[in-house]
Amino acid sequence: MSATAHHREEKDFLFKYIFSTDHKMIAKQFFLTGSLMGLIGMLMSTIFRLQLGYPGESFAFLEPILGSWAPDGILAPDKYLALVTIHGTIMVFFLLTAGLSGTFSNLLIPLQLGARDMASGFMNLLSYWFFFLSSCVMIASLFVEGGPAAGGWTIYPPLSALPQAMPGSGMGMTLWIISMAIFIVSSLLGSLNYIVTVFNLRTKGMTMTRMPLTIWAFLITAVLGVLSFPVLFSAVLLLFFDRSFGTSFYLSDIYIAGSALEVDGGSPILYEHLFWFLGHPEVYIILLPALGITSEVVATNSRKPIFGYRAMIGSILAIAFISFLVWGHHMFITGMNPFLGAVFTFTTLLVAIPSAVKVFNYLTTLWKGNIKFTPAMLFAIGLVSTFITGGLTGIILGDSALDINVHDTYFVVGHFHIVMGLSGTFGMISGIYHWFPKLFGRMLDKNLGYLHFWTTIVSSYGVFFPMHFLGLAGVPRRYYANTEFPIFDNLYDINELITVFAIIAAASQLFFLFNVFYSIFRGPKAPQNPWRSTTLEWTTPVEHLHGNWPGEIPEVHRWPYDYSKVDDNGDFIGGDDFVPQTVPLYDGEEDASQH
Amino acid sequence: MMDLLIIVAVILGIIAISKIVSVLELVGNAKGENSYNVTERENRFQARLMPVFLIAYFAFIIWQIVAWGDRMLPVSASEHGVVIDNLMNTTWIIIIPVFIITHILLFYFAWKYAYDKNRKAQFFAHSNKLEMLWTAIPALVLLILILYGLSIWNEVMEPLTAEDDPVEIELYARQFDWTARYPGEDGKFGDANVRFIEGVNFLGLDSTDQDGWDDKYVKAEFHLPVNRPVQFYFRAQDVIHSAFMPHFRAQMNCVPGMITRFNFIPSKTTEEMREITGNPEFNYYLLCNKICGAAHYNMKMEIVVESEADYNQWISEQKEFLVVEGNEESEKVNSNEGAESDTSKTENGENKQLSALKN
Repeated sequence: MSATAHHREEKDFLFKYIFSTDHKMIAKQFFLTGSLMGLIGMLMSTIFRLQLGYPGESFAFLEPILGSWAPDGILAPDKYLALVTIHGTIMVFFLLTAGLSGTFSNLLIPLQLGARDMASGFMNLLSYWFFFLSSCVMIASLFVEGGPAAGGWTIYPPLSALPQAMPGSGMGMTLWIISMAIFIVSSLLGSLNYIVTVFNLRTKGMTMTRMPLTIWAFLITAVLGVLSFPVLFSAVLLLFFDRSFGTSFYLSDIYIAGSALEVDGGSPILYEHLFWFLGHPEVYIILLPALGITSEVVATNSRKPIFGYRAMIGSILAIAFISFLVWGHHMFITGMNPFLGAVFTFTTLLVAIPSAVKVFNYLTTLWKGNIKFTPAMLFAIGLVSTFITGGLTGIILGDSALDINVHDTYFVVGHFHIVMGLSGTFGMISGIYHWFPKLFGRMLDKNLGYLHFWTTIVSSYGVFFPMHFLGLAGVPRRYYANTEFPIFDNLYDINELITVFAIIAAASQLFFLFNVFYSIFRGPKAPQNPWRSTTLEWTTPVEHLHGNWPGEIPEVHRWPYDYSKVDDNGDFIGGDDFVPQTVPLYDGEEDASQH
Repeated sequence: MMDLLIIVAVILGIIAISKIVSVLELVGNAKGENSYNVTERENRFQARLMPVFLIAYFAFIIWQIVAWGDRMLPVSASEHGVVIDNLMNTTWIIIIPVFIITHILLFYFAWKYAYDKNRKAQFFAHSNKLEMLWTAIPALVLLILILYGLSIWNEVMEPLTAEDDPVEIELYARQFDWTARYPGEDGKFGDANVRFIEGVNFLGLDSTDQDGWDDKYVKAEFHLPVNRPVQFYFRAQDVIHSAFMPHFRAQMNCVPGMITRFNFIPSKTTEEMREITGNPEFNYYLLCNKICGAAHYNMKMEIVVESEADYNQWISEQKEFLVVEGNEESEKVNSNEGAESDTSKTENGENKQLSALKN
């Protein structure tokens, strides 16, 4: 082999696998990086659950892993908070924002719309590498002196603004802010790309009302991201100024570590407003893609059209719109004017209406379906269950009068882990089972998938449902231990139960981890259209091809939900229980999307 | 050595699973199945697990309610808390049936409509009537909840007036303890500012402000008279804290640079609550409920609710700010009013500092 040929091959490798501009490769990169981060976040939760379940007990194996964080095998209180903080940050942003949207928006937007690639491949590449860099900075913050940020994932100042306030508010917090700033750049690059691609690169015939609901969800998610992440950026930028340049946007009248600070006129409440202006839409940045994936998986595997396609789009739009008007429900008891609290209660409870519409539409889609229980379908059904369970307790938390006594208790932890954490994760996992053949050209093992689903749903309800009871008993969140208050003494066995389930839940993910890595290399080769689905991505060749389709991009003639459509004689139209979007309408056939 | 063994065990475990998977795959292939297509038998099995899971889930919830129900917060110890608890119960009455019905439908449909190759799924794409139905009904129910909730919110957050004759208390939060300050005989709190914080004057009271001279402050526990409105003011020294008094259904953040407020009427004395809970050791607590640093989990104060007479007795026994601060000398300079003095408590350094602040 000549030197030049060798050189070219190296370059090919570099640009095919590392600095790729191919959306499918970038989707894989997001999936692997996001999942790795998620794994780290999950292991952190197992470690702090050990402390909560068995407070003060020594676990010898923690010392070699955590070193000075766990002297004598007992997690230190400030490091407990550090783990909680980084767990939250990783799960919310790195797994369920970048991991979820990054994987599926990248993979599916071009494939389901009939585009050769994203509008800007280079921006897409930058989006991934900024995300990668931000992950590296976040992980690096674990190793600096004083440890990583430890003021909770919401990093409220002054705790986060003053290095004197706690060890994690020093270098660790600076890195947290830098990491998030880079993350926001990544998110904006990605989101702008998704929006432009959806509006401009749809294939012939792919009108907006013929787009699969996944694309609608990804589109609105991207819009939410573009509108809300810059506000977080400004929030952390001002925080950075307060920390490093002596401004006092968020600080006023503070005496700490033996001296009164020269800060005046700022307010931490301002930070809370800015943070939650992102923070609440962020919930839907996580949920909408998961719901979009569910719509697709439920329709395909029920062999039925999604019920109320237009109502589903309407509810996505309604949820997105309302999500910008509800941030104050995180702040009912901050001293905000009670009148504002009343307004935010009103807008918050309104979200329940489009959410209810979505749930009933899923139920009606299952009704009289012909359901295939693939692992993807099981996780989609699981998502509907967690979305209902967690959503309903939101009606309690969104009601300002009730929030007074459950605010910041374990009731909140239970609520958002079920409605956002579990629903988001279930949606993502469901998507992985469903589109693994498109990602890696191979199939996941169904039996491991079944095992994974049942152990996961049982153990995760085992973790999060009892938390509501802790909250109703008045247990605050972010407590290193509940041992200091006699009123909590009789709750220790609940905490122990939660911890046991948390360990089982974490262990259950090994089935998935193994399944994914085994199948990437050894799984059976994927057929063209394994789930007998109507959408465009299944018309592409199994082997990845830059440009997606070898010849012409197919033209679209119908909506994506023509499952089990019958003619007047009761026979399937087209002879099978699904009609791909590329098939023109038959004579006399009604276009089902035109309602 | 142990680590090595664990690593070896994990590797062996992974190899074992991969071997089992390949064997299953080969067996499946031999039977003409593959590792991803769901056979009818498997599909039926998964379908049967749906109602099984539903029953297990409901049973788990019922078990939790039965086993832990009596460990939840006892009846509200404040008047507005009863109203909040009623709203809570009403909300549960609305959401629990929704939860049960939707879950039954979800898992029943999943079981009932499992794949059958002799059946066709029904092509049922939309129905405006149904969409209207499940937009209108939730909207109506939520409207009721919103109106009910807001009426209670307004009631709870209603500020007190002078006619209510409230007991006034300032709760002061810092890493990692609470201090309660009472305004003393004159009913007025003295001014405070972080710049006055020095030594034992950790509240930052302005010693030139005569309103503050008779202020009283206590740590570890504070007392409230039963059945009398209490107006709380909250301040924080360093970071955000949150004053959480779960038994009174009361919570408000303590924010540096701001004074926040909350008020309630305690309706059950500590003794009464001990009888209700059947726990002679029972105490009310003030907790910190906003992450504030490493010892956040141990930032507490006991609350004692007692009869007005007992409360008056207790409060009269508490020392005034000047006495605690050992500030009677400067007091004599500035005030002609007679005040109790306790020279044994005088700390000269403190005295000088406070006097200096006045000049």
